[in-house]
Amino acid sequence: MAKPIALTHPESLKRPPGPSAFAKDPVNAALTKADKVKLYTQMARIRHFEQRCIRTYQQGKIGGFLHLYVGQEAIAAGTLSVLGKDDHLITGYRDHGHALMVGMDMNSCMAELQGKVTGCSKGKGGSMHYFAPDKNYWGGHGIVGGQAPLGAGIAYALKYKGLKGCCLAYMGDGAVNQGAVHEAYNLAALWDIPVIFVIENNGYSMGTSQERSSAHPGSLAQRAEGYGMDWDLVNGHDLYEVRAKTAAAVKRAHEKSRPTILEIFTYRYFGHSMADPDKTYRDKDEIKDYRENKDPIKLWEKTLLDEGVLDAATIASVNEAAMDEADKAAAFADESPYPEVSDITKDIYWEEDNRGPATNSRGTIIFGD
Amino acid sequence: MADIIDMPKLSDTMTVGTLVKWNVKEGDTLAFGDILCEVETDKATMEVQNTIPGVLLKTYAAAGAQLPVGAPIAAIGKKGEAAPDPAAKKAPAAKAEAPAKAEKAKPAAGVPAIPESTGVSCAPQALASGDRVAASPYAKRMAAKAGVNVAALSGTGPGGRVVANDVLAAASSTPAAPAGPVNVAVTPPADGKGIQPDADVAVSGMRQTIARRLLESKVTVPHFYLETEVDAAPLLALRETLNKRLAEAAGKDAKDALKLSVNDFILKASAEALRRVPAVNASWAGTSIRTHGAVHLAFGVALEDGLVTPVVRDAQAKSLREVALDAKALIAKARSKKLTPAEMSGSTFTVTNLGMYGVTGFFGIINVPNAAILSVGATVAKPVVDAQGRIVVGQRMVIGLSGDHRVVDGANGAQFLQALKQLLEEPALMML
Amino acid sequence: MPVLSYREAIRAALREELRRDENVVVMGEEVAQFNGAYKVTEGLLKEFGPKRVVDTPISEAGFIGVGIGASMLGIRPVMELMFWSFSYVAFDQIVNNAGNIRYMSGGLINCPIVIRGPANGGTNVGATHSHTPEAILASHPGIKVVCPATPYDAKGLMKAAIRDNDPVYVMENTILYNDKGEVPDEDYVIPLGVADVKREGTDLTIVAHGRAVITSLKAAEILERDHGVSVEVVDLRSIRPLDEETVLASVRKTHRVLLVEENKPFCGVDAQLAYLIQAKAFDDLDAPIGRVSSIDAPQIYSKPLEDIQIPNPDRVVEGALKVLA
Ligand SMILES: Cc1ncc(C[n+]2csc(CCOP(=O)(O)OP(=O)(O)O)c2C)c(N)n1
Ligand SMILES: [Mg+2]
Repeated sequence: MAKPIALTHPESLKRPPGPSAFAKDPVNAALTKADKVKLYTQMARIRHFEQRCIRTYQQGKIGGFLHLYVGQEAIAAGTLSVLGKDDHLITGYRDHGHALMVGMDMNSCMAELQGKVTGCSKGKGGSMHYFAPDKNYWGGHGIVGGQAPLGAGIAYALKYKGLKGCCLAYMGDGAVNQGAVHEAYNLAALWDIPVIFVIENNGYSMGTSQERSSAHPGSLAQRAEGYGMDWDLVNGHDLYEVRAKTAAAVKRAHEKSRPTILEIFTYRYFGHSMADPDKTYRDKDEIKDYRENKDPIKLWEKTLLDEGVLDAATIASVNEAAMDEADKAAAFADESPYPEVSDITKDIYWEEDNRGPATNSRGTIIFGD
Repeated sequence: MADIIDMPKLSDTMTVGTLVKWNVKEGDTLAFGDILCEVETDKATMEVQNTIPGVLLKTYAAAGAQLPVGAPIAAIGKKGEAAPDPAAKKAPAAKAEAPAKAEKAKPAAGVPAIPESTGVSCAPQALASGDRVAASPYAKRMAAKAGVNVAALSGTGPGGRVVANDVLAAASSTPAAPAGPVNVAVTPPADGKGIQPDADVAVSGMRQTIARRLLESKVTVPHFYLETEVDAAPLLALRETLNKRLAEAAGKDAKDALKLSVNDFILKASAEALRRVPAVNASWAGTSIRTHGAVHLAFGVALEDGLVTPVVRDAQAKSLREVALDAKALIAKARSKKLTPAEMSGSTFTVTNLGMYGVTGFFGIINVPNAAILSVGATVAKPVVDAQGRIVVGQRMVIGLSGDHRVVDGANGAQFLQALKQLLEEPALMML
Repeated sequence: MPVLSYREAIRAALREELRRDENVVVMGEEVAQFNGAYKVTEGLLKEFGPKRVVDTPISEAGFIGVGIGASMLGIRPVMELMFWSFSYVAFDQIVNNAGNIRYMSGGLINCPIVIRGPANGGTNVGATHSHTPEAILASHPGIKVVCPATPYDAKGLMKAAIRDNDPVYVMENTILYNDKGEVPDEDYVIPLGVADVKREGTDLTIVAHGRAVITSLKAAEILERDHGVSVEVVDLRSIRPLDEETVLASVRKTHRVLLVEENKPFCGVDAQLAYLIQAKAFDDLDAPIGRVSSIDAPQIYSKPLEDIQIPNPDRVVEGALKVLA
């Protein structure tokens, strides 16, 4: 049995959770009550959506892989809630949380999982390949680590165009060992690219615990020092902390055009994917401990109860509404049609979809400006 | 309303699961995430988590059951609610639905029109332009050999291309067959006295296949023919004795007893003769001769609309009784049209018998890729000269062999017939 | 004879070779402690220990490169790719290094590495996870590629691959992993570059590899039953070296050919076969060569559509009837 992963988590995770040291950070102080409830609602929606997905998967309506984000919600909610209109994101295959956070609707997300034409990628991408460029969401990528250079590239384009924006490029604790990730680190630091590499460290890459996969000077983020890049460690169970530390990195990107590596500690409750029997690499007590004592949604709920922002009735109605929305999304997906056979060969080349020669030689369609 | 829990899909490749054990029992109150049961998939034993809070009303499958994904395993509902009848549920939901919708996605023809390659149009080209004759390379080569003028043929291939069959048809100087099964106007004989109407009658797929195969064999395989006459008296005597004993052994079930036919003896003797002259148990394989280790014997069974040739497999290793039983079963299947393709293919030698029609001797067309076919005539009583030089009444049977001269030479063929003759005349040898 | 699944047959080959040759090392993501993402290597860590069965980080370019380097000194690494789709991350190592080292050293250096793993669509995992790179890889001289279709072939080819002195890339198939078949217990090897006639027939030759062989055999049954057509199915087994003779002999026998593969058609294995057949058996062709391959688009995710995108028996029957017209 692998060693428990909490060993590599920062101090803040080891002591029993208490009031957040980051509640007064300017980015958090600026939050209204409504903002705080909204963050709660967004996390609840992610969780209920995914729990509904389990059932749909078991019914055989979702094929292939399904990687759940349950347990990691505070990362998507915290990091994405501090972004502005010119800030972008890109992530790996564990992408449902980010999608719902940026405003993709449950219907098209659920329909995509069922391979329906009403899905966000018309049934062509699946669970690992969500996209919504209109919401600055550049996917959903199935190849581990492949999105890191893309994130740097998006940020490069922002800078090139003179926009004050940045790109968050998310990856897992296993992805950090891909060559492409290190090459992206170097380029970002060398060329002053406003990208933020967010490592969602949930302790495991499939069945491999972090200490069996990575050599590092103390943390994965600290590898940044080799490239002269800033870095920070974040307690991913504390929404205030995630927001505060992300905001600092965003500021660095916007104002100095410098990259950052943020390593956010978190935990996934379910197996790597639905096909993972989850038996060989961690023990049940560890999962139980995280579920019961460190659950980011429960902790946020408690914070807001203590602050007097939430009450029991609101909590119940938010959760019921989220469950209801997920059920409706499942029904929507059930009723939606599959793509047509002729759709298989669409969306491959620009000319064929647009019946004419390419006119985008100046890059105008990329941002629609 | 209670929800039915199905055998879940637990991995990307799972199609069936074995319910290893239940972790809950009927009446238990279940929360989201409780472990319902353990299921063994193709990859591992996995725990099935509950996704519907409620009371476990019923389990439909016991531990150990192996079930397809989508089969009902349990019902969850409110306390006191009656468990629904799983059969009433409209079949495995996902399964029933997915294909139905998929069907809709397909154009009516079943198999959709598939674009061959992105951006490449694949309109069929006009085959012949100007004076150029459209003919397949193989048809041209065959025509050159057979001295047929390709330009004079009207091709039946796509776009009028002349194909090998057209050349075969021309070479055998039968009028070219109509392109497909067509029914033309039927002209009844003027005075109503003809034996049948003048008509072109559409033929079955079976008849077409027979036509094509036999034509190809007759035209492309260099046939040669050998014949000999066999003294069938010992065989008939042995058959009578054996059948009598078989009936006695069966006692009161005598009418169900195995009855050996002359053909059964001939099949068995052929297998034995092939063992002695294995060169005949072979095929022409283009550039080589393929020898076959096992004897798979095809034999003709006449049906109303044609002829089928079921195959007794590994006849070289079977007793007379086994051969007879196999042949009987195959004949029954042939008559009820239940033969599978596998039961009709893979032969290495064929036996055909028209003795029951009184035909005294004939030569069949080789059943490609066999190297030879044995044709068996009727057993007739006729005067013969016996060993003492006297004229006596003999029981004589004529057997003929058509051989593929590419594979078998006259000498091998003759040796084979000789061996067969000996076995049939001294049938006890077959029992060895 | 024992009946094994395709997965167990590969495992048997790995186990036997690990026992036979101490230089054999199994390496890859999740192969040891997790027992393999597709359970092919289940139990090997327990039997052979962590020196012989090694878990790697998700660093395909790195660990495959390490394997190639080690093979130059005589280690025989058998590297698992969780999917061949991930080989693209390590393309330089797989093609440029493994494929060229022997040639560029004037034959001084060997590279006896095996890389294995599933390479197939059909499981609804989307475009990034459904690549079938046998054609791309086989187009590089110096590289050998095999695609077993049955448990028997899987074991024999895997053992041949491990004993081979050149890089051999074995493409398996997650859908075939559960297929069962007779597999002898004893040590046997199927030489690379020998095709197998999986069904004999006289009217049409189908040439296929990998799961397309299974699909073609099903189609052949339908063609015989419903259309009275006798189909010969040639299983290439090895893409490179390619058994030209078996293919050509069958073409000379039936005069009509349908090529079936799960690859995309453009520059696929069948493109090479079609060239070969027209060049060497032109006068034996009685109809243009037909082909059925995956519909030419990135792999679609949607399940019912993906089932149509990949050759299925209906599409093969349709393709066969066109060739027979
Ligand atoms: C290049 C590549 N190699 C392997 C895989 C298979 N794979 C998918 S996810 C995964 C584990 C990744 O773990 P981590 O980066 O920690 O992310 P997490 O799943 O924990 O979110 C692996 C090995 C892949 N998709 N791409
Ligand atoms: Mg991880």
